[in-house]
Amino acid sequence: MKKTYKIEVDCANCAAKMEEATKKIEGVDNATVSFMTQKMKVEFAEGAEESAVMEQVVKACKKVESDCEVYL
Amino acid sequence: MTKKQRKVLIRIIISAILLIIVKLLPVKGPVEIVLYMIPYLVIGYDILKKAALGIIHGQVFDECFLMAVATVGAMALGEYVEAAAVMLFYQMGELFQSYAVGKSRKNITALMDIRPDYANLEVDGKVETVDPDDVEVGSIILVQPGEKVPLDGVVREGNASLDTGALTGESVPREVKEGDEVISGCVNLNGVLRIETTKEFEESTVSKILDMVENSSMKKARMENFITRFAKYYTPAVCFGALAIAFLPPLVNILMGNDPLWSQWIIRALTTLVISCPCALVISIPLSFFGGIGGASANGILVKGSNYLEMLSKTKYLVCDKTGTLTKGVFEVTEICPSQGGSKDELLKVAAYAESYSNHPISKSLKNAYAKDIVAEEVKDVEEISGRGVKANVFGKQVAVGNSKLMEELSLVPAVPQKVGTEIHVACDGVYQGYILISDVIKSTAKTAVTRLKNRGVKRVIMLTGDSKKVADAVAKELGINDVRSELLPGDKVEEVERILAAKGKGEYVAFVGDGINDAPVLSRVDLGIAMGAMGSDAAIEAADIVLMDDDPGKIALAMEISKKTLAIVHQNIVFSLFIKFGCLALGAIGYVNMWWAIFADVGVMVLAVLNATRALVYKRG
Repeated sequence: MKKTYKIEVDCANCAAKMEEATKKIEGVDNATVSFMTQKMKVEFAEGAEESAVMEQVVKACKKVESDCEVYL
Repeated sequence: MTKKQRKVLIRIIISAILLIIVKLLPVKGPVEIVLYMIPYLVIGYDILKKAALGIIHGQVFDECFLMAVATVGAMALGEYVEAAAVMLFYQMGELFQSYAVGKSRKNITALMDIRPDYANLEVDGKVETVDPDDVEVGSIILVQPGEKVPLDGVVREGNASLDTGALTGESVPREVKEGDEVISGCVNLNGVLRIETTKEFEESTVSKILDMVENSSMKKARMENFITRFAKYYTPAVCFGALAIAFLPPLVNILMGNDPLWSQWIIRALTTLVISCPCALVISIPLSFFGGIGGASANGILVKGSNYLEMLSKTKYLVCDKTGTLTKGVFEVTEICPSQGGSKDELLKVAAYAESYSNHPISKSLKNAYAKDIVAEEVKDVEEISGRGVKANVFGKQVAVGNSKLMEELSLVPAVPQKVGTEIHVACDGVYQGYILISDVIKSTAKTAVTRLKNRGVKRVIMLTGDSKKVADAVAKELGINDVRSELLPGDKVEEVERILAAKGKGEYVAFVGDGINDAPVLSRVDLGIAMGAMGSDAAIEAADIVLMDDDPGKIALAMEISKKTLAIVHQNIVFSLFIKFGCLALGAIGYVNMWWAIFADVGVMVLAVLNATRALVYKRG
């Protein structure tokens, strides 16, 4: 399953970091963060619970870039 | 300007004024430090906070960290003005960058401003304004002059001119009337249209295009990935380099028994940190690609990812389909040649009648050329002979219409035409009557497109076609294409492409351009699939990497020019930024660059790189 989220992030480097961090979360198969369109696309693994995974994703993103916002 | 940006701007102004005031005040000693702390903290508190949070979270090496260390270090060494100024300029650079990026983003979205906000749905004779998402297939919607067509559908009532510019870059409006298909995203210029929808909003052309453009920056170019990887190693490397500059020379000095010169080397190390910020690259390269994709979409060229834009500039082999790509795919009667004694009109009439039951493009062209109504009762006993033609009873005569093989089977000797085209021979009651020549028409922009592509570095333009050798060679000659493979079956096309793929050099790409019909196997096999004339053809939009909304071959050349320009900007930025940075780093390490130069090397380079990147967006329509 794929889903796109609106995000708010200030720099391209931070977006790249968020992407790295998101990819490492369990239940995420792949993720891309686009600084230009301010969007995050997450591919969930089979059977992963979206809301639980996204909670972890947001946590991880906040950790690498304290200023970022992910709109669930 | 967003709220966040305005806040930063106010902080910049306040801090700059404070800094000047403090500089003018005749104070010295501890009071001076405290006074300088005010502008410094006003402008830099968030950077310091982010740097601290970064360290806590184990994300040490980022721009904030570089800035924090450099300015705190400068403060500690008594360089108060420099410390505050570095922070000030850094924030100005960041503000400018976020403003420029926001602006480009808006420009691009404005170019793609095709999303309809509402639909006028007809319910029980009354018109309601609803969200396009809520309109079901088969509903009737009204589109008034000046409104966008919200969903794909078929016109049930009314005539209008539609502006397709936002979708195709084409400035000439398209006329539609009852029974015509319309696609969403066009703007109705004059009449009122009643449209029966054929697709849901999500499946409509406009949604698909928007989705594609928005997702295009997700497919990153090799160059972008390179920069991200580069930044990951570069920043830590620079930090350790700075550490080495700060400690090694003084230690060596101590060992040699000289003055260690601690403060001098530490300042040089701090300067190094300021110079080395990787933002110029990290921001300007995705921005260039984004701009290039935006500029292309304004011209009706949809690129599905930065990587494809990058590949297009390195395309050395362009394989083209003939019919529908280089030629219009619409057959026209070019010559009517009755054998001695016959009349042209009579020959055409008999052929058109005999072929009247068929929907083949050739039959259509005959009917179009005849241009009069066909009395269906006059045609009886129609027998289609596959690969040969048609036999029928027309006006009580036994008529055979078809190629020379059909004539030979009837033991007749067909004439041999001088001109090139598809030959349609006609026989009546066993007597040869003459032939009609039908040709596909070459698109007016095809020739210049081929020349332009060759000028843009395409080594070979190869034309593949299922058409006869004679016709294919004639078209190729007129267009200036030297490589032609004719009389190919669909499977042969894939084989030809495989052969070209096997023969290409390293770092060279093979692109295929087709009209999207029957091309899917080839489109997916080549490095870069380009589909043209995609208005309304979902299959093409799905299969291709680059989609040309209209069927103008000139757009292939234009796409290539945009891609070359974008890549040129990317290269300029990489070379320029790295050159200035490494230059300043080298000079900084030996003490020729002070903090002020370092600020330029960081912020100045970034501003220039971003400005250069915004050029990618500007591409004249045409």
